[in-house]
Amino acid sequence: MKSVIENRKTTLTANKPTLRSSKHSLWQRLTKGMLYAVLILLAIIQIFPLVWLLFFSLKNNQEVFNTPPLSFPTSPKWENYVKVWTEGNIGTYFFNSVWITVVAVVITVLLASFVTFAITRMKWKYKNFVLGLFMVGLMIPVHSTLIPLFSFFVKVNLMDNPLSIILTYIAFNLPLTIMILLGFYYALPREIEEAAIMDGCSIHRMFFKIILPMTAPVMATTAIINMIYNWNEFVFVNTFISSDKYKTLTVGIQNFIGQYSTDWGAIGATLMISILPILLAFFVLSNRIVEGITSGSVKG
Amino acid sequence: MDKVMSDKKIIALYVLPALVVIMTLVYSPIVMTGYYGLMKWDGIGKMEFIGLANYTRLLSDSMFWQSAYHSFLLAVFSVISLGGYLLISLILAGKIKGANLLRKIYLIPMLLSSVAIAQLWLRIYHPTNGVINSVLTSLGTENIPLWLADPDIVLYSIFIAIIWQYAGFYILIYYAALKNIPESLIEAARIDGATPWQIAYKIKIPLIANVIKVTIVLAVVGSLKYFDLIYVMTNGGPNGASEVMASYMYKQAFRTYDFGYGSAIGFFLLLICLVVTWVIRKLTASEEEIQY
Repeated sequence: MKSVIENRKTTLTANKPTLRSSKHSLWQRLTKGMLYAVLILLAIIQIFPLVWLLFFSLKNNQEVFNTPPLSFPTSPKWENYVKVWTEGNIGTYFFNSVWITVVAVVITVLLASFVTFAITRMKWKYKNFVLGLFMVGLMIPVHSTLIPLFSFFVKVNLMDNPLSIILTYIAFNLPLTIMILLGFYYALPREIEEAAIMDGCSIHRMFFKIILPMTAPVMATTAIINMIYNWNEFVFVNTFISSDKYKTLTVGIQNFIGQYSTDWGAIGATLMISILPILLAFFVLSNRIVEGITSGSVKG
Repeated sequence: MDKVMSDKKIIALYVLPALVVIMTLVYSPIVMTGYYGLMKWDGIGKMEFIGLANYTRLLSDSMFWQSAYHSFLLAVFSVISLGGYLLISLILAGKIKGANLLRKIYLIPMLLSSVAIAQLWLRIYHPTNGVINSVLTSLGTENIPLWLADPDIVLYSIFIAIIWQYAGFYILIYYAALKNIPESLIEAARIDGATPWQIAYKIKIPLIANVIKVTIVLAVVGSLKYFDLIYVMTNGGPNGASEVMASYMYKQAFRTYDFGYGSAIGFFLLLICLVVTWVIRKLTASEEEIQY
């Protein structure tokens, strides 16, 4: 079958020049060029605001207001970065974002792996129902849960406590994480488990020593997706955390910018600091991120 | 083997922690939202049962309907823009060099927090120093629009930022789906003399109908619960011109401390999201039956 298609392909390409006039190919080249132009224009639109942000983060107000938007900063004002890092609490917010994100991601991926393992590999009656429970969670708008969560955390004395946000991050990221893991787990060969059990290996040992290492690539993908979501999360921190020492970057910069509402350089530097880790992660791990986002949405 | 793999204790040990977390923090809150909606409550003091009063108030609250209308508009705009994303993806998935790099560039805004994006776009739209208006001024344009202060255009201004944020996401999804179509199908159509337009319309789009369905659900539900960007950029203003359901709910609960009414809005929002998801799936499912 394949060779037949290949054959037809070659005859087709061989016939092309005679079938199509040169006028036609010029027309084709022209459309292709136009399509390229559209795609590149779109890329510029997507990147331009960020380049502008980088530029004004290195300028002072005078330069921002009196020079063209895309003019290169004449003498880069790195002191903007030093200033916002040392004067405000950006360092604290940054550190909070890092540790809260890491803790939530590790627990989410681990819990999700346990659940996915039990659902895909073990035999029990209610597994489809339990899987359904997790999947419906994907459709719940977080805002509908905000008031009850608020009063719940007041009751159990977790208001203004990082645990409240870590727990909500875990709860709201579990469905997506399980969904991404599912496909990978279904594809794992059963022979490995059988052999391990025959050799007298316990389930726990098998899970930790064999299954988890085998799923490392997909765990990395889900971890990155989780990381992006947690790093950027706003409404939970804004609602549950009130003291500066526990705020994360997204909420912290929002407050901080309020104080510097007229100093564009400082604002630019603050925003750059908040987005740099994600941009760096993207440059290093872009394939995994792309893969995670597609597998996380297409299978829905 | 079967015996080991159906050990109830181990299954419970593996499933219960996650199940407890999601039941406590996702499912019990949505039940409680409906319950609080029946109460008069400021969040701290005693609750007072008032029946459906909050829900009837909702029905006659013009500000709420205005915010619901804005959410609806955003949903319509988002679905329309899906057509554009699909078109871009069709171009991108054709034999284009550098397609991989391009789709990654498109995706970058999607990775940033809505707060950072909102703060950035506040400056892009800044009346005097913003990048748009400084270009317009240098071109000698008079009557420069107040992008975020004019009630007639504020929603569109915000929507442009939303397009910028999510374009890469949808293009990526469509691109991945289009790349999954077996090359032999397209080749066969080409041999039969189909034009690229016919191939796209008659083969590629029907084949990724399922993915398109998912993106429609994502776009509509995403628009209905839109919050962060609007909260930071305009906080619903000017004069409620960019208020959406989620921001209105947040104000009622955490600004005016009317937790009962806020909960009623939250519950309404939940119902709309679930119903809309269900309806879209039903509609698109029946279309599929006709097709095959």
